Amino acid sequence: MLGYLLLVLLGPLAMGVWRVVDHGLGDAWSALSDPDTVHAFKVTLIVMAIAVPLNTIFGVVCALAIVRGRFPGRGLLNAFVDLPLALSPVVVGVSLFLLYGRQGWFGSWLLGHGYQVLFALPSIVLATVFVSLPFVAREVVPTLREIGDEQEQAASTLGASGWQTFWRITLPSIRWAVVYGVVLTTARALGEYGAVAIVSGSIQGKTETATLRVQEEYENLNQAGAYGIALVLAAIAIVVLVAMTVVRPRPESR
Amino acid sequence: MSISARGVSKRFGDFVALDDVSVEVATGSLTALLGPSGSGKSTLLRVIAGLETPDSGTVVIADEDMTNRSVQDRGVGFVFQHYAAFKHMTVWENVAFGLKIRRRARAEIRERVGELLALVQLEGLAQRYPAQLSGGQRQRMGLARALAVDPQVLLLDEPFGALDARVRTELRAWLRRLHDETHTTTVIVTHDQEEAMEVADEVVVMRGGRIEQVAGPRELYERPANEFVMSFVGHVNRIGDAFVRPHDLELVLEADDTTREAMVERIAHLGFEVRVELVCDDGEPLSIQLTRDEAERLELVRGEIVHVRPTRETTFT
Repeated sequence: MLGYLLLVLLGPLAMGVWRVVDHGLGDAWSALSDPDTVHAFKVTLIVMAIAVPLNTIFGVVCALAIVRGRFPGRGLLNAFVDLPLALSPVVVGVSLFLLYGRQGWFGSWLLGHGYQVLFALPSIVLATVFVSLPFVAREVVPTLREIGDEQEQAASTLGASGWQTFWRITLPSIRWAVVYGVVLTTARALGEYGAVAIVSGSIQGKTETATLRVQEEYENLNQAGAYGIALVLAAIAIVVLVAMTVVRPRPESR
Repeated sequence: MSISARGVSKRFGDFVALDDVSVEVATGSLTALLGPSGSGKSTLLRVIAGLETPDSGTVVIADEDMTNRSVQDRGVGFVFQHYAAFKHMTVWENVAFGLKIRRRARAEIRERVGELLALVQLEGLAQRYPAQLSGGQRQRMGLARALAVDPQVLLLDEPFGALDARVRTELRAWLRRLHDETHTTTVIVTHDQEEAMEVADEVVVMRGGRIEQVAGPRELYERPANEFVMSFVGHVNRIGDAFVRPHDLELVLEADDTTREAMVERIAHLGFEVRVELVCDDGEPLSIQLTRDEAERLELVRGEIVHVRPTRETTFT
């Protein structure tokens, strides 16, 4: 088990570290301090700052609808939420391209009104939102099922409105599932490449994200630079995951 | 405050939970809804509370039509079988919840919660979380929480069903005392006939979404409306077309034309009471309840042939 993890997860990471050190830290640093790289990280952060809160709200609402809702098509919604997990990001990218391109259904109208979606920030946000959509809902659904709705009913008999019940009873009960979902969403948003590569156009210093920047450096035969940026991305992901493990309470004290 | 449900029906898919049920609960009374599982007793309670919407019928509480009012506006206190404790809140916060929602002054909340915790004997545990309480303590917290908002009526859905027998008996007696002090109109749902008979002024016996009988505990036992009620509220033997309670049978050693022959199959000593299981000459089993003194006088042994005479029997037409 441990050996498998070492081989599959830690091996490539260690390789990356070794490559950076081998090529000299100077190369990696100059790639990281390049204004285009700094801009790429900025784009990634802005996209995350929009996509993660959006998907958190959507995920919680969606989970509530799936578990507590009483409407036809609930099963369909449940299946649709998983769609981004099944679709290759490239397919997502191509679909968005067709939809928002010059000849696309929305694209021609939006362009006519002066909105540029493709090769700009909005398309990167759209692609990222799509691929990181399921994680919060997937975490919250089982927790909602487990806690049941008796506490919510009790709150309503005590006079709490639906809104008050949500903030005072439901949300505190599912908070750790939400936190875990947010972490997974963040990690996915941070790492998205395929869909973003297609819709953003990878314009240096404009629409390039950190992951696209890695590819860019790699193609320019600047291996140390590519590994350096990649390691920073990996480090962010690891810090987020570790922070969550530390913060998350032990199951028995919940 | 009185409660009145009129012509209430409720289906869940194909299952008829309530079939045109009407029931009146008098102001200040303690009424039990008694029946086996699936009889509709919990559904009726939830319809009264507003947690379930009836397909037809009306619910009136304190002379006000509540049928279209939300659960929040009905002024009911509800106690759940599995406590429905707010797990992320302390005992104190649980009890204070309804008052906080109503935006009562902080001093008032502190005073009221203190009173209620004293009433349910949980003063020392105010800062505990529900997970750190026993089942009985959790349910007392549930009661205090429901009483905090001064409900017009108190509704309890199998409140002691998840507790062990000793705690259940204690809480039952305690609930009756509480009711005698506060006189809050109370409806308790239970499948335990002993609980219903011990605690309630009036018992509503339900089966299959309908009401079989409404009566006080004594009348229910002595004048059951039908065979179902008779066998649900106590043990019963069937002799031909008649029904006889185990304590309404006399055991004699000499036969005459009012007795039947039977063989002693088992003798169970339950303390003051001795239960004798018999088999009649036609193979029908018969159960008799004797006092310890009676049993000693008869000197019964297993396999002995005895004679049985009903002293009181009931027939339904």
